Amino acid sequence: MAVKKRKAGWHWSQDVHRHFREIGIRQVAYVPDSGTARLIDLCSADRTMRSVVLTTEEEGVAQMAGAWLGGQRGVFLTQSGGVGNCINMLSIISECRIPLLAIVSMRGQWGETIPWQVPMGQGTEAALEAGGVLVQHVDEAEQVPATVEAAAKLAFDANRAVAVIVSQRISGTGGKG
Amino acid sequence: MATSKTNNFATLQRRSVVHRILKDRGDAAVVTGIGNASHDVASAGDDDRNMYLFGIMGGAAMVAFGIAVAQPECRVVVITGDGELLAGIGSLATIGVEKPKNLSILVIDNQAYGATGNQHTHTARGVDLVGIAAASGFDHTALITDNKALEAAMDDIYKKPGPYFAVVKVMTKTGSRVTVPNDGTRTSRRFRKAVAGEDA
Repeated sequence: MAVKKRKAGWHWSQDVHRHFREIGIRQVAYVPDSGTARLIDLCSADRTMRSVVLTTEEEGVAQMAGAWLGGQRGVFLTQSGGVGNCINMLSIISECRIPLLAIVSMRGQWGETIPWQVPMGQGTEAALEAGGVLVQHVDEAEQVPATVEAAAKLAFDANRAVAVIVSQRISGTGGKG
Repeated sequence: MATSKTNNFATLQRRSVVHRILKDRGDAAVVTGIGNASHDVASAGDDDRNMYLFGIMGGAAMVAFGIAVAQPECRVVVITGDGELLAGIGSLATIGVEKPKNLSILVIDNQAYGATGNQHTHTARGVDLVGIAAASGFDHTALITDNKALEAAMDDIYKKPGPYFAVVKVMTKTGSRVTVPNDGTRTSRRFRKAVAGEDA
């Protein structure tokens, strides 16, 4: 896919947020993370979406199930460290065949300097797959919007649970937090 | 081994409590937590607006929260146990902050893990769920220990602006197991069609 030239100051979050609006995302559930901080800010400022801060990530999986049961679309934003918290809660997504769109910002991966981040970061994909979630990787900022768009189709049109894994190469949070 | 029998002084029977609550449900949507709560609710009669959970311990309140946000005109009622609620205790903080007006959480508190042999939950040892809910931002809470208080709670459960949180103290004794629809793919689509008018 051809990658368009981006204006200075462009951030992938702008296009992803715009796409969330276009496809009617109404609930955004997240535990804050620096990798998705700009996207969280854009969604939180958008009155067409209910942005909800969670105490722990599995709450977001349950909320997304509820959003679908109530007829709305949601998106779940989590750091890779939170993926492990979700594994039992993913049972409802799998058993009830509920669409799930998750954006996972990676730690413990590209250029990580904090050893404690590595175990869960390296186990993130395995945990998602064990929970029945399809995984789509993205390693370049310019490719994030197209990857999220494709994942949203897979989630809401093909009725699947999908996680977009945003590489630490993009967020560059190798040593913070 | 500790059992809950030593310090559970409740007089209400869980099944009659749940049946009384459901009698006034009208068009309310009901989400049940894993365990006896699902049997208590199903034994009052199956309903398209029931979403029975048989897993995801600790998830009932947040599933109901997502529904409540999506359907602000629909009252959403969680009927769950103390063990299930304790497993997702942080969700009280999330919901207390978000304050959905159409959500009521009812904890049928037998102070025990009834499905696994009645081992103590923390409520048997003094953990105060009503206090936690109040401290988390729930403006309307109740501790219900008799029928009079249960009757008085009906308007809070179904009519007054929430979020509402109540603990109903019940005896350890459970009702008989009933057949509860447990195919999540089916019950979820049935629920979604009844509550949101959406076909999957």
